[in-house]
Amino acid sequence: MSLEPQIAAAPAPVSLSRRKWGRGLSAILGFVATVFLTFLGLLAITFFIGRVIPIDPVLAVVGDRATQAVYDAAKISMGLDQPIYVQFVQYVGKVLTGDFGMSVSTGRPVITDISRFFPATLEMATLGIIIGVVIGVPLGVIAASRQGSVIDQIIRVVGLLGYSMPAFWLGLVGLALFYARLRWVGGPGRLDIFYDGLVSPVTGLLLVDSLVQGEFDIFWNAINHLILPASVLGFFSLAYIARMTRSFMLDQLSQEFVTTARVKGVPERVVIWRHAFNPIRVPLITVIGLSYAGLLEGSVMIETVFSWPGIGNYLTTALLNADMNAVLGSTLVIGAVFIFINKISDVLYRVLDPRAR
Amino acid sequence: MSTRDWLLEDSPTSRWQANAGRAYRVFTALLRNPLSVVGGIIILVLILTAIFAPWLAPYSATGQDLANRLAPPSGTHWMGTDELGRDIFSRVIWGSQITLTIVGLVALISAPLGLLVGAISGYFGGWTDRILMGFTDIFLSMPKLILALAFVAALGPGINNAIIAIAITSWPAYARIARAETLTIRNAEFIAAVRLQGASPLRVIVQHILPLCTSSMIIRVTLDMAGVILTAAGLGFIGLGAQPPLPEWGAMISRGRTFILDQWWVATMPGFAIIIVSLGFCFLGDGLRDVLDPKSEGK
Repeated sequence: MSLEPQIAAAPAPVSLSRRKWGRGLSAILGFVATVFLTFLGLLAITFFIGRVIPIDPVLAVVGDRATQAVYDAAKISMGLDQPIYVQFVQYVGKVLTGDFGMSVSTGRPVITDISRFFPATLEMATLGIIIGVVIGVPLGVIAASRQGSVIDQIIRVVGLLGYSMPAFWLGLVGLALFYARLRWVGGPGRLDIFYDGLVSPVTGLLLVDSLVQGEFDIFWNAINHLILPASVLGFFSLAYIARMTRSFMLDQLSQEFVTTARVKGVPERVVIWRHAFNPIRVPLITVIGLSYAGLLEGSVMIETVFSWPGIGNYLTTALLNADMNAVLGSTLVIGAVFIFINKISDVLYRVLDPRAR
Repeated sequence: MSTRDWLLEDSPTSRWQANAGRAYRVFTALLRNPLSVVGGIIILVLILTAIFAPWLAPYSATGQDLANRLAPPSGTHWMGTDELGRDIFSRVIWGSQITLTIVGLVALISAPLGLLVGAISGYFGGWTDRILMGFTDIFLSMPKLILALAFVAALGPGINNAIIAIAITSWPAYARIARAETLTIRNAEFIAAVRLQGASPLRVIVQHILPLCTSSMIIRVTLDMAGVILTAAGLGFIGLGAQPPLPEWGAMISRGRTFILDQWWVATMPGFAIIIVSLGFCFLGDGLRDVLDPKSEGK
């Protein structure tokens, strides 16, 4: 039974290059189809959460203090008098045009809110992943080249802590220690209160905006506030990246070509950083991509702790106010970015690694 | 014949003896791995603490003592007291019941669900497989925490809904494992033999395929429990999980947030409990993997 489709799909005898092209094309089509289906799945899940689970979706959107007139208007504008599949098609259409509805708590369209809050999250997660890569990759390589050494043990402990420590807790402890006790870093928020609103948002990334507009005081202040939450995020990606790097490197170092290089008398530094490290760059890209996507998700908890005005904070505020449009909108955006990064790193892996083609 | 000889008998005379022997071998192998011993002890202590909480906790979990509010750790209050004068140590002990309930129920809901989906998918193949795995893959590529948050938002805050939301987001990984295992055994001769005897697909899956998936499932579930604890604590921290005055560890940290700058112990103490228990599951899971699945050792 399971053999039939394979027989049907047997390649016709064509010239090698054409077959290669054909395979590449079908791989691309297959990829596009998976991405499309995954996004459709995400939409179906948010649709299910927003429309099917609540006993009264209208009430979930307008809140229980709405008047009957508002209620009826919302019911019709949400298309709830239509059959469910029509509702789904309408929902997909709306989302594709960027219409996530109005947020009850801010009174603005959800898409406006998200585009205002997202850069703050992006800034934090990006600095976090930079910290994770810059420290995590060398640590992993060193740990693998000196198996059983102190560094190796440290990586093990850090890796385990990364799996078992609540991010929000680490953020709180960091605040208590580095902000309240030692006064090394700025407190919650993106800037000190008297710098607030001095830089007009162009990209929304404070570090970029303040540099472009020549406000170096603000730039330093922003760094001061950003460094702690980004380091907390960075710790978690570091734990994962170092662990994976170590495991990839161990695989490589046990290969025969490494022994050959050593026997030839190639210096150990070159063996490790060129012969063994070069082949693992490709799988590392996937790991870093996954970890970056994970950080966008992890920032939800961190932002609450640091009162960081990002999408995570927006989401949690909306959750507590039962502001369903905002919740589903942010879920969709975070989910879409998450899937997008995952798929991109998947593609990069295929493009860069000849064996995966 | 001693019990040990009976357990290690090379040719067991009953299924019960074979199973007991296998369990004994796994157990002794685990004992040789120091980390898994530590992990096992932590989990055991967690379970005992949860069972004997009423006798272990020096104070009640909800009893307030406003004269003694925000007292630092001392001989009478080992972890200090919170903003209502409740003893944090006692609350952490009572909280172990909640943590254990969450972990247990999530495992009980998501593992069998994943097993069933994966086994059906692998056994029948074809379109059944494609549809079920497509569904699984879509769930797998979603951010788990965000999805759990959205589910809780729709279902309403509370510990039961948090458990449901976490279970909904964690079954797909188990489905993948069960499918992979099923694919390797579905063409085995003993399955063909059972089928020739007229066993229905349901019987083949439940009686003959699922039992063979359990060991890889146990490893995965144990390793995942740390993540489940963190997610549950996160939901509690945001205010969507267990509701006050329940002594859930994440919710306790959330209450302590306000006092983090001056009364650090209110928020930090429950965090240590979370870390220790999560570490316990990590250690035990790692150990179990090394014993039950030697192929993937060191990964």
